[in-house]
Amino acid sequence: MIKAEQKPMDEMLRYLNHYNRILLSGCGACVTVCHAGGEKEVELLASALRMARKKTGKPLEVLEATPARQCEPEFATELSETVEKVEAILSVACGVGVQTLARHFPKTPVFPGVNTTFLGETVTHGIWEERCQACGNCILERTGGICPIARCAKQLFNGPCGGSSKGKCEIKKEVDCAWQLIYDRLNGLGQLNRMEEIIPARRWGVESRDSGPRRIVREDLKV
Amino acid sequence: MKAGSNLEKILSKGLFAVTGELGPPKGNEVSVIKRKADLLRGYVDAVNVTDNQTAIVRMSSIAASSLLLQMEIEPVMQMTTRDRNRIAIQSDLLGATALGIKNMLCLTGDHHTFGNQVDSKNVHDLDSIQLIDCVRTMRDKGTLLGGEEKIEGEIKLFIGAAENPFGDPFEFRAIRLAKKASAGVDFIQTQCIYDMNRFKEWMKMVRDLGLHEKVHILAGVTPLKSGGMARYMAKNVSGIIIPDEIIDRIVKAKKPAEEGIKLCVEQIQELREIEGVHGVHIMAIEWEQMTSQITEMAGLLPRPKTE
Amino acid sequence: MVNFEPKIVAFCCDQSGYPAADMAGGLELKLPRNVEIVRVPCAGRIETLYLLKALERGADGVLIFACYEENCQFLRGNLRAKGRLSYAHRLLEKIGLEKERIEICHLATNCGPKLAETLHRKSEELKKLGPNPCKI
Repeated sequence: MIKAEQKPMDEMLRYLNHYNRILLSGCGACVTVCHAGGEKEVELLASALRMARKKTGKPLEVLEATPARQCEPEFATELSETVEKVEAILSVACGVGVQTLARHFPKTPVFPGVNTTFLGETVTHGIWEERCQACGNCILERTGGICPIARCAKQLFNGPCGGSSKGKCEIKKEVDCAWQLIYDRLNGLGQLNRMEEIIPARRWGVESRDSGPRRIVREDLKV
Repeated sequence: MKAGSNLEKILSKGLFAVTGELGPPKGNEVSVIKRKADLLRGYVDAVNVTDNQTAIVRMSSIAASSLLLQMEIEPVMQMTTRDRNRIAIQSDLLGATALGIKNMLCLTGDHHTFGNQVDSKNVHDLDSIQLIDCVRTMRDKGTLLGGEEKIEGEIKLFIGAAENPFGDPFEFRAIRLAKKASAGVDFIQTQCIYDMNRFKEWMKMVRDLGLHEKVHILAGVTPLKSGGMARYMAKNVSGIIIPDEIIDRIVKAKKPAEEGIKLCVEQIQELREIEGVHGVHIMAIEWEQMTSQITEMAGLLPRPKTE
Repeated sequence: MVNFEPKIVAFCCDQSGYPAADMAGGLELKLPRNVEIVRVPCAGRIETLYLLKALERGADGVLIFACYEENCQFLRGNLRAKGRLSYAHRLLEKIGLEKERIEICHLATNCGPKLAETLHRKSEELKKLGPNPCKI
């Protein structure tokens, strides 16, 4: 899912400096899973913000809401009544959620309370790692289910590079060499011959974000 | 002849080739290049010009290579895929060949976080193998990557790459060279060698795949200046293996620098005997002045002259 | 400040803190006046939110009474409480509140006197720190 981390509180307080009544809006999906902006995090952050502002002598009223998914119109619009009562929204959903609210409530400033960081996997509770770069042309079939674009520091398609040592990446020893992982997996699957294939240059311009923001239209699904 | 460079001619004649290396300055002082060029001229067949090595900003390798040509030294222009997309790469190659550069080395490049501009965007539009294929396309098909756009003029380049016999996974390293050969590489230079046994094992795997007949292999050597340097490299530079006996030898020597040169010469002599090794690449980093001594002591002088 | 009786919320775990509080009562040990005991089955039940909410709702200080490190009946509950306490301390720093306002104390069932002593000490500390300026 999408992973995110809360911004430093002083940054959030700076955004909210001119406002006295805000909605703190979380999201029941991705940010709940990585404990950045779910219902519990909203409660905790709201309490902290209230107390921090109380101390400055400029109290802040914080209304709380956690729609099921902040990136969908039907859930975003459920907030309409509450939004009318506030001067600004602090959203701890991912960047998509923030923008959805901004689009639906154009007259209310919407601020991001988290930094959206990556698409990742829960390795174990409390540890998340980047796994996907949304490149638009998935090649996991030929790399044993391990993505070199997300996991190789140099995004090599024909790795490993000369800096791979004892299964670790040259940039730091905490990072596994993605191509060592791919090699081991293909070996285990009896598909080592796939390492001999040259993967040709990627068509970034056509498939990825490199020719501009992307869009999917499904005519069969349009109401 | 693919490009007709001095290096190519020497290798095609079956002569043992010698290349050196030069790092451009962290500024635009041409005198720095001139000083290093004077230390290498006549002792090597061609000189590698590094491309923002360790991601530290230096004068571009295309500019430095062009300056070397003016100083009557044949360059091997290194090019990484770290900093340029395919538009810039192909554009630079049109320019490089227009300036008379005939040899190039296709590299991925050290990760940019090692350098002095860590906030930059990491490009890697292509990797080194895709770059080799791109250059081969330009040279042999006369088109840009993709095969559609015709190039005006001829791109004649002798295509090189690097390979590291000491990287992991070891069993894959010869196959990776096979991939580079299949992509079109003409010659390779290896990472500097200290673990002779491991290198010989790698050469055996390479010969078993018949690659020594498809690609000219130049073995890399770097003279050790001191015990400190040996320890530092063994510990900190990924992809370099230095056996303890060698570190000990330099540490215990009365004159470590002299011992380092002696060792380097011994290595060159041993490497010459290995089947499939067609030359040596001497990387005397910040010690270019020793190249003359090393080549002399190793019996590599005078360098052959080609037409 | 005259007559400032700090309001302390004491989370007491069923395996240590609560029996100790019982014992203190049985021994008729005097406890500071403004203490509210909140019973929890294990210190691991205490969410970071409770610590902050206690302060938000008027407490001047919060104490967690939990088992000694290796003694947690639920294995790691007291360690989890410690982790959440650390997180709460980091938040307090951002809010501008003193870390000393929330503390954890490890004890066993027969530590009635220790519990009483700790509450008194905390009360004195809080008198010096002053009332919680952030209560809503």
